[in-house]
Amino acid sequence: MTNETARLRWKTWACAAVVVASNVCGNYFLKSGMPAELATPLDYITVLFRPTVTLGVLLLILWLASRMALLSWADLSYVLPVTSIGYVMVAVAGKVFLHEHISNKRWTGIVLIMMGVALVSSGTAPQTYARDSAPGADR
Amino acid sequence: MKWALIGVIVAATTVGEVLQAMGMRRHGEIRDFRPGAIGRLLSVLARNWMVVASVVAMAVSFFAYLGLLTVAELSFAVPATAITYVLETALAKYVLKERVSWLRWAGASLVIFGVALVSA
Repeated sequence: MTNETARLRWKTWACAAVVVASNVCGNYFLKSGMPAELATPLDYITVLFRPTVTLGVLLLILWLASRMALLSWADLSYVLPVTSIGYVMVAVAGKVFLHEHISNKRWTGIVLIMMGVALVSSGTAPQTYARDSAPGADR
Repeated sequence: MKWALIGVIVAATTVGEVLQAMGMRRHGEIRDFRPGAIGRLLSVLARNWMVVASVVAMAVSFFAYLGLLTVAELSFAVPATAITYVLETALAKYVLKERVSWLRWAGASLVIFGVALVSA
């Protein structure tokens, strides 16, 4: 592994960790602050000013920004499976913090996701496209 | 209503994320994460139509998802929208010209089934 590929891999993992953590925490706060139903279109706007919903939205803005940064160098077909580890973290956090029961079906899903993440993250490079062939490359 | 919302979410997410990847790749690798550089980056990205269109598409997807969660359970919403993984991986190969090896297809397939099982 050359210095350049090692640098890109570490940078990718660090940024992916921010993407996953901000998504999991952001969705948690968003859901915990949401009312049972949103009756009128105005409700979709006013709900954003509840403190937990605001915090959730801010974390999801961080998620969007970090994901955009990650996509500035990493493949979409790499980012998609690798960041899906968030589903596993949600399930495990539910068990650890909320003492939720994880059924056999969900454990199977967790194992499949982790296998998929391991295959893509350790078996393929974060960036495979030729830099010169980037769509609209004008540098 | 449920399925119409699923259609909107899948289409908006797929278009939004592919445009986001295209727009960011066009910008090139971000190397400077200091606050000043991030401010300059935002003003550059605000003039990148692909990035702007991707944010609009993802906002549409976000509000449609909020709407879906009011008429359907999470255990229906998450697996039903997992189809975006297949569509986006195919578009990554044919539109973004990424080398999607069999290892990546295998990984993406495991993730799709895993997501469906975890949330079903």
